[in-house]
Amino acid sequence: MERWSRFNIASVLLGFGFLYLPIVLLVIFSFNESRLVTVWAGFSTKWYSQLWYNESLLNAAWVTVRVAFLSASLATVLGTMAALALVRYSRFRGRVLFSGMVYAPLVMPEVITGLSLLLLFVAIGLDRGFWTITLAHITFTMCFVAVVVQSRLLSFDQSIEEAALDLGATPVRAFFAITLPVIAPAVFSGWVLAFTLSLDDLVIASFTTGPGATTLPMKIYSQVRLGVTPEINAICTILIGIVALGATIASLVTKRREVQRERDERAAFAAIG
Amino acid sequence: MKSLGSIRRSFAPWGDPASKPFISVKNVTKKFGEFTAVDDLSLDIYTREFFALLGASGCGKSTLLRMLAGFEQPTSGEIILDGQNLAGIPPYRRPVNMMFQSYALFPHMTVENNIAFGLKQDGMPKSDIAERVQQMLKLVKLEKFAKRKPHQLSGGQRQRVALARSLAKRPKVLLLDEPLGALDKKLREETQFELMDLQQELGLTFVVVTHDQEEAMTMADRIAVMSHGKVIQVATPAEIYEAPNSRFVADFIGDVNLFDGTITAMDEGFARLESVGGIPIRMVSTEKLSNGTSAAVAIRPEKIRVSRQPPAHAPTNAGEGEIWDIGYLGDMTIFHVRLKSGQVVKASSLNAVRAVEDPLGYDQQVWISFAEDAGVVLKD
Repeated sequence: MERWSRFNIASVLLGFGFLYLPIVLLVIFSFNESRLVTVWAGFSTKWYSQLWYNESLLNAAWVTVRVAFLSASLATVLGTMAALALVRYSRFRGRVLFSGMVYAPLVMPEVITGLSLLLLFVAIGLDRGFWTITLAHITFTMCFVAVVVQSRLLSFDQSIEEAALDLGATPVRAFFAITLPVIAPAVFSGWVLAFTLSLDDLVIASFTTGPGATTLPMKIYSQVRLGVTPEINAICTILIGIVALGATIASLVTKRREVQRERDERAAFAAIG
Repeated sequence: MKSLGSIRRSFAPWGDPASKPFISVKNVTKKFGEFTAVDDLSLDIYTREFFALLGASGCGKSTLLRMLAGFEQPTSGEIILDGQNLAGIPPYRRPVNMMFQSYALFPHMTVENNIAFGLKQDGMPKSDIAERVQQMLKLVKLEKFAKRKPHQLSGGQRQRVALARSLAKRPKVLLLDEPLGALDKKLREETQFELMDLQQELGLTFVVVTHDQEEAMTMADRIAVMSHGKVIQVATPAEIYEAPNSRFVADFIGDVNLFDGTITAMDEGFARLESVGGIPIRMVSTEKLSNGTSAAVAIRPEKIRVSRQPPAHAPTNAGEGEIWDIGYLGDMTIFHVRLKSGQVVKASSLNAVRAVEDPLGYDQQVWISFAEDAGVVLKD
């Protein structure tokens, strides 16, 4: 093992401090007895139980989850299709333009995406609310899905799809029986990414929302302007918990699969001797 | 009558004008943009034939195979299989199956399900599928591995699964793309003979693509030597080796000594040629060549004799030189003899006995010589 130098220890502490100090503070104060956020007055979970009686907050959470689920699912379908087109048909006209345009929203300032979507919805006379947020989230998350799926497809041995065709499967069957199961982990992580992006989006949702459709980030933001309450800290802690749990499960699943695979390979070679 | 090389079996439908080809490739051209991968190529392949497409990478052999499988469409020309024009027929409706170079096993399926995949697409009843899968597993000796996933198998086992999967549907033609390329040398040699036996047993037509000439020579009934999208020669392995039709084929297959020169006379099926290196050569030639034609005589190293004394027929078909290099390979020894003209001639001799008295050594003055039917005369 290499020894830890003082410099290394300092960098690690500094790095993690910057990353997690604010979050740790937030979590600690969510268990604060006092109504004053910055004054510690002993441990309590009362703000968590009070959450259940805050109907507008719960409503916002429900809207957020529905938007995130719906938009992530549709963005996954569209993003996967875009990735397939980009990887498979490398010779079609306008490919460079298309791939550039798929990825543009990655670097586009959210304010601009939000504003342009708002203008579109106004122009076509779409009533703003739940559905416009969902549509907007599909727009800005599908490119993330496309990136994730595309990188998987690049290492995908296309001859296995050809083998399926060769054995009598139609292209559609070959896709669903062979390609999709093989790239499923990438598609799933694309979905998770889209889901979390939608979950914590504030800017685009604010632009495209209408009466009656307030997402959790919007709710939190508007409440904070009236002063931070421990209740907000509590709901944020729950959100952090959900996201952390999701990320941990996702990485554990991948890790386990890798370990299993390695073990299988070793076993196979041991069997041959 | 003498015949070329060793005869494996009496199977030669290509020599019989009454027999019809099973696959006919007619003037097929395939272009990728500006690049011509296959150039006005015509070929006939017969039922039960083991046919090899041999060539360096980029010669168009794989493209031709992919056109047979239906993954590529010819730019022009047509492919007829068993009387049916294959134009526009997608891969999933062709009576051919392919074994891929990478094996292309379905990674998320067990060995069993990999083999069953094609049968399921045909809507075969479940019990029949199970039976056929068992048959196939037995054929490739993988019964114990039915429930394994591809990544739990060794390279050789994966190759067998790929083979079983492509044979499961009992295709009329099996296309094999570098089937043994990923195996190590020893396993490859074993598998070559297994493939040959399998093809005989099942009575199928095999079309194999390979860049390995030894593999093609061992397995195939006929070989098509390809270069730059064209077929240079189609013939049995023995003909390809002993009677190449061009410098390219002579040079591409095995080792060869080329004696360049000009024709000085023709007499009774023999050509007389004065080689650039100064050796007067008399060599069998079926073709009438006029005097002054520049030509070359191609002679394989094992047909050249190295001796201390000049042969009786010297100076014709003989040359004096010194031993330049010796390569001992165990089963045989390769001599590089440098002639007076500076040309280096390769000669190999079989080490049929374990010990020789007074063996040839470096820098010794020797004679190389060859018989009048040891090589072929090639026009430029």
